[in-house]
Amino acid sequence: MFKVILSRIGQAALVMLVVSAVSFVMFRYVGDPVASMSRENAPIEEKQALRRSLGLDQSFVVQYGGFLKRTLSGDLGISYRNQRPVTELIAERLPATMELVIVATFLSLALGIPLGVLCALRPSGAAARLVQAVSLIGISTPTFVTGIVLILVFAVTLGWLPSFGRGQVVEIGWWSTGFLTWSGLKSLILPGITLALYQLTLIMRLVRSEMIDVLSTDYIRFAKARGLPMRYIHFRLALRNALMPVITVTGLQIGSLIAFAIVTETVFQWPGMGLLFIQAVSFADIPVMAAYLLFVGLLFVIINTIVDILYAVVDPRLRARSA
Amino acid sequence: MSNRQPPVLEIDNLRVEYPLANGGLFTAVENASLIIQPGEIHALVGESGAGKTTIGNAVMGLLEKPGRIASGSIHIGGKLLDPTSGSADGVVLGRDVGAVFQDPMTSLNPLFTVESQLTETLRTHLKMDRAASRVRALELMKAVGIPEPERRLKAYPHQLSGGQRQRVVIAAALSCDPTLVVADEPTTALDVSVQAQILKLLRDLADNRRIGILLVTHNMGVVAQIADRVTIMHRGKVVESGPTAEVLRHPKAEYAKALIGAVPRIDMRLDRFPVVGEEAKGRAADAREAIRAKAFRADATIDGSEILSVENLCVDYVTSGLIPGSKGHRFRAVDNVSFKVRSGEVFGLVGESGCGKTTIANVVAGLVKPTSGRVLYQGKPVAGEGGIRRVGPLRQAIQMIFQDPYSSLNSRIRIGSILAEPILFYRLAPSRAEAESDVAQLIEAVGLDADSAGRYAHAFSGGQRQRLSIARALGARPRLIVCDEPTSSLDVSVQAQILNLLKDLRDATGLTLLLISHDLAVVRQMCDRIAVMKSGKLVEEAAAEALFQSPQHPYTQELLSLVPTLDRIRGETEVA
Amino acid sequence: MNTLASPNLIMRIGAPISVMLAALLALVIVGCALLAGWLAPYDPTDLSTFELINAEIPPAFTADGDSRFLLGTDNQGRDLLSAMMYGARVSIAIGGGAVLLAASIGVFLGLIAGYFGGRIDALIMRIGDVILSFPTILLALLVSGIARALFPQAGTAEWAPLILICAIAIHEWVQYARTVRAATMVETAKDYVKAVKVIGLPGRRIMLRHILPNVMGPVLVIATINLAAAVLTEATLSFLGVGMPPTYPSLGTLIRIGNEFVFSGIWWIALFPALTLVLLVLAVNVVGDWLRDRFNPKLRVKR
Repeated sequence: MFKVILSRIGQAALVMLVVSAVSFVMFRYVGDPVASMSRENAPIEEKQALRRSLGLDQSFVVQYGGFLKRTLSGDLGISYRNQRPVTELIAERLPATMELVIVATFLSLALGIPLGVLCALRPSGAAARLVQAVSLIGISTPTFVTGIVLILVFAVTLGWLPSFGRGQVVEIGWWSTGFLTWSGLKSLILPGITLALYQLTLIMRLVRSEMIDVLSTDYIRFAKARGLPMRYIHFRLALRNALMPVITVTGLQIGSLIAFAIVTETVFQWPGMGLLFIQAVSFADIPVMAAYLLFVGLLFVIINTIVDILYAVVDPRLRARSA
Repeated sequence: MSNRQPPVLEIDNLRVEYPLANGGLFTAVENASLIIQPGEIHALVGESGAGKTTIGNAVMGLLEKPGRIASGSIHIGGKLLDPTSGSADGVVLGRDVGAVFQDPMTSLNPLFTVESQLTETLRTHLKMDRAASRVRALELMKAVGIPEPERRLKAYPHQLSGGQRQRVVIAAALSCDPTLVVADEPTTALDVSVQAQILKLLRDLADNRRIGILLVTHNMGVVAQIADRVTIMHRGKVVESGPTAEVLRHPKAEYAKALIGAVPRIDMRLDRFPVVGEEAKGRAADAREAIRAKAFRADATIDGSEILSVENLCVDYVTSGLIPGSKGHRFRAVDNVSFKVRSGEVFGLVGESGCGKTTIANVVAGLVKPTSGRVLYQGKPVAGEGGIRRVGPLRQAIQMIFQDPYSSLNSRIRIGSILAEPILFYRLAPSRAEAESDVAQLIEAVGLDADSAGRYAHAFSGGQRQRLSIARALGARPRLIVCDEPTSSLDVSVQAQILNLLKDLRDATGLTLLLISHDLAVVRQMCDRIAVMKSGKLVEEAAAEALFQSPQHPYTQELLSLVPTLDRIRGETEVA
Repeated sequence: MNTLASPNLIMRIGAPISVMLAALLALVIVGCALLAGWLAPYDPTDLSTFELINAEIPPAFTADGDSRFLLGTDNQGRDLLSAMMYGARVSIAIGGGAVLLAASIGVFLGLIAGYFGGRIDALIMRIGDVILSFPTILLALLVSGIARALFPQAGTAEWAPLILICAIAIHEWVQYARTVRAATMVETAKDYVKAVKVIGLPGRRIMLRHILPNVMGPVLVIATINLAAAVLTEATLSFLGVGMPPTYPSLGTLIRIGNEFVFSGIWWIALFPALTLVLLVLAVNVVGDWLRDRFNPKLRVKR
């Protein structure tokens, strides 16, 4: 067990090192920081001084070391566009994105698992066929189209829900939450559904195919031969086996939800990290892009490491191998 | 038998059908009848596709959809099984009927402990509470002979050996004191020594608990050892049925005779396997003549000189660690093995699974690099520490045939091209046209039609594929062919034909064969000299007759005593 | 896999009606897109053919419609139907290009990783792991973001498609590589590969002649499903404003343009391209799904 955790953390550190290197290369070599940070027609001497003060005349390794050190102490540079520390910008936008992602993850699991089981148990039933058909449409519709349609129907036509923004938020320390106000909750509904829809279909399809596979195994046949009740076989035995890969995929999904939030946030003008990032991309605001990459990489690696460890805890085969 | 109790199982005129997608109907079982009394083991034997497993599934009500019982009846303990629901009044699957499947590795759910899988059945059927079911589970574990039952109860399936898992499966089948147990190939996935223990356990259960056992198997030796009665099936029909000794000693039906005749004997060596419809002497001479005319190395002489020499061979397998640079597990598959093979002989390498025999085959064929030691072909090194790359003539001289006929031919390339590949690669034919005629000759030499060249592998049966595999090996004009379990995935009657072919080839062309097998009877029929392996080490090497007459090493003696064979038939030995 | 191996495959396809319809729909859309140069009533890339006077005309079948413009016009007076046909052509070309590039790289690396194993395998797969740590869309955004920062002309109609293809393929190849690697390892362990090794054939020939045809089945299935995904990714990038420029729009760009007018009641600019996009992707997905179910031995367990 200890070995698995150790090796996972080792891998995670390796990935982060690569990500930070990419992030650094972007930060340092894409575009000219001096040109971006100094006045348009500053004299050459001033630029040289700035270059030295930024340490840009030193070797790659020294600069990368310095970058790592600054990153670890929380200094991610200054945004070219808003001239504010990037760390501050991200901290400000983080709660909005995280709350959206939490809502979407919850929705996709809470609906995806039961629907997947339903489709696996009654594959030729009317309900399963309907769910299958809808899920195909679900994965074929780009997130932004879903968002636009939802806005058109529920915000523009029916006027039930807000079409943009977070509504009223409550500040708890540095975290701002939309969970505690009525308008905040209402604002979460449409973007939450939009973001969840694609993941929901993925989870549903995964649970379905895993469940079908598990139901055809010998141990399920043997359980039937022992005369155990079908409900017990399906929901206590088979479902547990079928959910093992779902753990991994959910971990991966949380990562991609953060990325998909870019699209959802653009459609709903949701003031999260995604919106920050997409604005940075269109303005070539490299420090923000680099920091976002680093940050999403970190989140992703942390989630995956937790998931892998969790997996090792849940699966007795892995537990024993490392014991 | 008196009529004190109704038979535990009575099958009368059973017919099972599978509607096909194209609207047709496939009859898996036709007019099958059998009766099992309490305490009786009734074996249902036949080759693949005989319908024996289908009967077992029908009894348990577990017929695969869309299969259905079309007519006939099944009575369990005197109660009629409803053909549509697959259950009988008052008979509960899991309580009154227990099941044991073939593969203990996949029969248990990997995510649950042994205790949980044993007690869930008890709690379902006997309404026991947690504590009572635990006590009962412990008793069951003891009853099926699992050491340290308390500790094993807490274990997950993957922590148990194959034999232990099969015992757990049997314990689960027994948990509610069934009157009938359906055991579908319960020992096929197990090694001989474990098989012997499991068979003894089944026999004890029948004798002591008066359980009736329907034993589905393809292995005649198993039947001879533990069954009271036997029913032989062929293509869905019952061919012959009766007391074991009677059926095995004096089969009446033509098919039963052929099937029993094809089983390799361990007590004496025959010149050839009897094959139905083959005039023994004449056909054999014809076959040898055909091979001599058509195969390539009629010039070879059997001079008994040393052709292959394996010296102090060691092979380690290393499983790599998860962290880069960390040390993985080292597992010694072959441990300091030496032996010599003389030209023209059939040298057998036997042992249970995991003993390292296949690894040696792979080293000799150049597929695996040895860790230390070396392999010499006619005095020239073909494999050693450095993993010497064999080129040209050396590589060409040693060819191999494999166990699984279904994966040993590329399904996307025509047979003709597959067989022509070694001929063209070694420039053994001056032109493509010559190569094609060589291929045609090869195909005829292994007993198939020359027009097979234009077809793909999926058009052939397992035995035919194995013939083609042999033809491919011959194409390179080798002196030595490594045969890795060449017949262990085949039915006995097909096995007999393939083994005959190999014998004919050897006799006609002077080829040397290195035969790898787990089946002592096959080795006895085929080999001139034999080496026995255990856990990577070679424990005994002797001439075939000497080894079977007076085995020296205790392990060899044990193996020989455990193999279920046709010469020790239950009933007969008991009477004697 | 054996099923795929049989030579008379086409004879025995026997797909259900829904799959046939989907295939037909996909063919129609792809056909219209490829033949846009001949079929489209106007050339939307030629500035001289459209005038601002014609801007924002609703579809011909509505009350205020104009029979010259069947599906109406956009904010610059472009004929929407023509713009959509050209746009679909751009979307499909980029999606197809990305799939081709990703599949070529992935099959090549996967074959090498699976056949040789060891260090080279570990290297390729670790690179893949790191890339997969990032969702497609994020990686694609980064690539186009960096490209924009490096070359100012990256957003132009000439360069944007190339950058989009690379941006999508940089993530997608990993999936092919993983699948091909796994399949190659399975095939390499099979006896027919051992047999040709024993014969002495060189590794390159074993890989190309014997293993490659046996691992292509799953690759074709993934390619179909990935084509749908690639078209979606391209549309998303264009929607976010880092894809095709408005002067040479893809379907995603058209939706982006239309989205700005949705609230003012000009629904058609966004709706028709979105509908086309969803139908195209849906059709490809239906076919891809069916292919996967049919050729995935895992889902076709029979005893």
